[in-house]
Parts: sequence; C-alpha cells; structure tokens
Amino acid sequence: MARAKKPRRAAARRAPAKRAAPRAPKPNGQDLQREVEELLYAQAEALDDKRWQAFIDLFTADGMYWMPPAPHYTTWDGVPSIFAEDRDLMTVRMKRINHPHAWSQAPEWGTNHVVSNVVVEKADPRSGDVHVRSRFHVVELRRDELRHFAGSYRHHLKRTKDGLKIKLQRVDMVNAQAPYEYVLQAWV
Amino acid sequence: MLQERIPNLKALVEPDRVHRLCYTDPDIFELELANIFEKCWIYAGHESQVRKPGDFWTFQVGRQPLAMVRGHGGKIHVLYNRCPHRGVQIFGARYGNAGEGLTCSYHGWRYHYDGTMEALPLARGYEGTTFKNYDCNMQRAPRVESYRGFVFASLAEKGPSLLEWLGPAKIAFDDICDRSPEGEVEVVMNCYRVIQRSNWKFFMENQLDAVHPSVTHESTGRAAADVEFQIQRRTGDKPLHYHMLSAFVIPFEKWDSLETFGYPYGHTILGGYMGLRPQDPDTVAYEKILAKAYGEQKKEEYLSRNIHHTLVYPCLSVQSPLQQLRAIRPLAPDRTLSEIWHFRLKGVPEAIYRRSLWYYNLVNSPATLVNADDLENWQKGQWGLASRGGDWVSFHRDYGRDRVEGAVTRSSNGCSEMPMRTQFGAWLEYMTAGA
Repeated sequence: MARAKKPRRAAARRAPAKRAAPRAPKPNGQDLQREVEELLYAQAEALDDKRWQAFIDLFTADGMYWMPPAPHYTTWDGVPSIFAEDRDLMTVRMKRINHPHAWSQAPEWGTNHVVSNVVVEKADPRSGDVHVRSRFHVVELRRDELRHFAGSYRHHLKRTKDGLKIKLQRVDMVNAQAPYEYVLQAWV
Repeated sequence: MLQERIPNLKALVEPDRVHRLCYTDPDIFELELANIFEKCWIYAGHESQVRKPGDFWTFQVGRQPLAMVRGHGGKIHVLYNRCPHRGVQIFGARYGNAGEGLTCSYHGWRYHYDGTMEALPLARGYEGTTFKNYDCNMQRAPRVESYRGFVFASLAEKGPSLLEWLGPAKIAFDDICDRSPEGEVEVVMNCYRVIQRSNWKFFMENQLDAVHPSVTHESTGRAAADVEFQIQRRTGDKPLHYHMLSAFVIPFEKWDSLETFGYPYGHTILGGYMGLRPQDPDTVAYEKILAKAYGEQKKEEYLSRNIHHTLVYPCLSVQSPLQQLRAIRPLAPDRTLSEIWHFRLKGVPEAIYRRSLWYYNLVNSPATLVNADDLENWQKGQWGLASRGGDWVSFHRDYGRDRVEGAVTRSSNGCSEMPMRTQFGAWLEYMTAGA
C-alpha cells in the first residue's frame, strides 16, 4: 500500500490501481471452473471411497442420475435406461450394497475414477443453473479382474444455499451398448 | 464322432439328479449346440425389429450366425450370414438397413433380401465351370415361423411345427399380446446384453426356482421394502415399482403355494401373479379399453391368467405380465449371452407401458438391482461343478409328488424342482435322439 502511494509516474500509478481493483466473480470465470471441478472430483472420490450417502447428497432433492443405453436419447422419462435413479432409488441401491447379504459384494470390489476435460458450457447466475460436460475413465476391480468404462458426463448443476448440487447427471458410456461381462453394481 | 467321445449320457441324467459334467464338459456342450440349439425352434426376434424392406437383425443359433431380413413383399427371411463365394459375412453390423441390397464387402457379390443372387462381377468367368446358379444364393434357415409377431428359426429340415412344439407354452405370447386391445405388441428398440460366466442351464433353471429369491435377493428386497416404507410415510403412497423389488423377499411358504407346470419339449410355467392389477385410475381406464375391445368375459380371462414366468426350452424366459423376454445364446460351457427385450402393448395408455418399463430398468438392465446376485451365484456354481468336490446336482425337492396328467406334469408346490427335472427330461431326449 505504501509503495502504491508513491508512484514515480502517473502512468505507473494507473496500472497497479487497475490490478488491485476487487474482481467480481464472473459466471464463466476461473472461480466457477474451480468450483465445478471440485464438485466432480468430490463425486469421483465418494464413489471410489464407497461413501454412498456422500454421493447421494451431491444431488438436489429432485436430482436424477441417468445413464441412457445409447447417445440418441434426450430424456430419461419413459424410455429404457441403464440407470434412471432419483434419491429414493439411489438409497435402495446404497442399502442393498451395504446389506450383509449382498452376496455379489463378497469378492473384492472397487473402482478408480479419473475425471477430466471439464468444460463449463453455460452458467446463468440469475437462475443458478450451470451446465458442465466432462470425460471419465473408470477402472473397476472385481475378484481378480479389471474392467474399463469410459465416456462423458453431463452435469446440470443448480446453485443452492449449500453450494452447487446436481439436478441431473447424464452418463454416456462408450461401451453402453456392448455386452456387459457381469453387471454394474454401483453408479459409474 | 462327438457322441463317441461322450460318456453314456443316460448315466449322467437320473430322474432326480444329474451329473456335474452336463454343465462343464466341452464335448457335451458342443453336442448341446448340435442336438438341441441347432435342431429345435430358436427365437430369432420380433417382427417389429425389422419394419421396412431391407431392415435386418443378426442373431446366433448354436454356432450358426444368422440374420433375419425383411423382404420387399413384407416376408421375413432368415439367412446364414455368409457369402456363398468365400464365406465372408454379409452383414457387418449387428442390425440396420441393408440399403439397396445385400452386398459382400469382399468381391461385390450382390443378393436380394431373400438371399437369392442379384449379380456377381465377371460372370463370364464361371462359364464352362461346374459352378451352378443355385450355389450363388445365400443359404436360408430351413424353417422360419412366427407366432403373434415372435419369429423363430429352426435349422432342422423336419420336425414339429412351431405351434406343435410350443404346445401349451404358447400362452406366453398370448398373455403378452392379449393385454393389448389390438392383440399386438411392438418391440421397444433396445436390447440389453449381459454375459454370465456360467453354463446356459443355470439361467434356465434359475427362472423357475422359487426358493432362491428370498435368499439370493434378500439385500435388494429388504432395501426396497425400507425405502418403500419411507416413501409411504412421506407421501402416503407406495409406488408399484418398489413392490416389484420388495416382493422378492416374500416368505418361502408363499412361493411354495404357487403352481408349476411342465410340458413336452421341456417348456415350463410358474404360476403366480405379481400383484400387478391394482385398482388405480390408470389400471381402471386400461381395463375399460380391454373390455371394449374384447367384451367383459374375455377381458377377465386375459387379465386373470396366472403366469409369473414361462420358459420356452432351451432359449427363452418370458415374463408375459410385464411384456419382457430374455433370449439366451450359449457361447461356451461356462459362458452365456442373454439378450433382454421389452415390448409395448399397442393401443394402451402410456402409464401401463411405464409400469412395466420400471421392471425393465430396475431388474433387467445391466445395472440391475436383482441379477447382480444371480450372476454371482451361477459363476460360483460353475466353479463348484468344475471341482471334484462332488459329482451330482440335486433336483430332489418334491420329487414323487408331481401329478402327471397326459403330457402335462403339475406340481402344487411352487418350490418344487419339477421344472428342472422336466428340462433335463427333454435334454436327454434331444441329446440321445438318433444315437
């Protein structure tokens, strides 16, 4: 501050003043990008750490997790879906996995998610809607074998008093139509 | 030759138990493909999968790659997916439209949709050779028949007609179609494919095994019942699709009170209706539409059929009240592909379609809340049967209490292992035919 008060020339005085001006967070600026990425990483970690309730809590009260069977679907409503789960159905899946007699959970099982190529497509500060696309790669271990799943996420986020929450997550896997060796036990 | 390598099959199948080799032996598996899958009627697909001329859908019968193709006159042809010239497959995609004709990608031989030759390049080169015109046509499945839109192919020149072969099991397709006021269904254009690391017979035996749900699916049944209760407390309403899951854990006694039926050729039915006839406004409106189309008496007959599951041996599991079907394609002794389809009743309210769609998504999708534990069981079963820890598979439950009435075997115990015994009876007949 002291230095800024003693500029040698007028031109030099203007430049630092400009830098020091408080910057309003821009809807598409670095702050939002960072916030969105943190959410995506938190989601990936919740899955890999099997913190299922934390995963579910990333969704809004009316949030949906949707995996269409093919890219041409535009809505989960009334069409076949690999996953089309609201928070209640997500809770069924969580309770099933946590049940002591979820036999398919006896073998060693876990995943590793990598999320990347995060692009904020649209952000409306007034409505609080944020649309994000990203890519993922998941490696799953079951018993002694690895499986790979890759594809794209589309997150429709909503600004709430608790920060950004997921209103709709669309998951398009490149191998959505390929035969499944075994099934998908948890969200990808 | 194959049969010579196989030990005495009759010694492997007793009325109430079978030898583990039936599930694990590679030679027995090859004989199953040849004597069962490549002899009897195997599901090809639904007519609505190939609507327009040139539409095709490929599928496998035993070891044979085939395709069903819609011809110009509307007829459906089933062709071997093989060019008569050098053997290259004509259909490169799993399904689609063949465009202007069937063209081999190797040397450009061209065929009509019925598999007959249209043109080949350098035709003069065949003049004076022993090559005959009929050699130019793609080979067809010897027999193709459909019942109420469901197409079957048989690679045997002779044998019972499709309807003779289905016998009373044809009710599976009647029960699907009669639920539409137009008597027809169309396919929902999505096929889920799931591979189980186990013998195909695990699948066929499991579908009418009424003891396993309360054990195998306990986790899902309990979880769904919990959430169902929470929703009811919150909203005063119980969505039907939660019942589809929580019903898996009804007590053994309830399952055992259902009836099972065994028919010639190994087909079987488990009776029992899954509470899918509630009196909500959607169902009431739907029943009115059916009554208008068929009259009150027929409507009642159609809606009160007591079918949980029909198994068309060896390849189909049909859940007619929910318009769903799973076709299995054995790949190896310990590897089986299932193709999972849903059908839409023509002329019924959207709500009725959506009700069964829940079942398709929650139970039959690759993210199934139910089959995760079935596939795990069968995988472990396959490993167990590959071991020398015991040679026999037991099907003793309620043996001797079945009632044989003509060609039909009935059991008043839903948990009877009669369906498995019936399947193995047919299995032995197919496997030893002509031996």
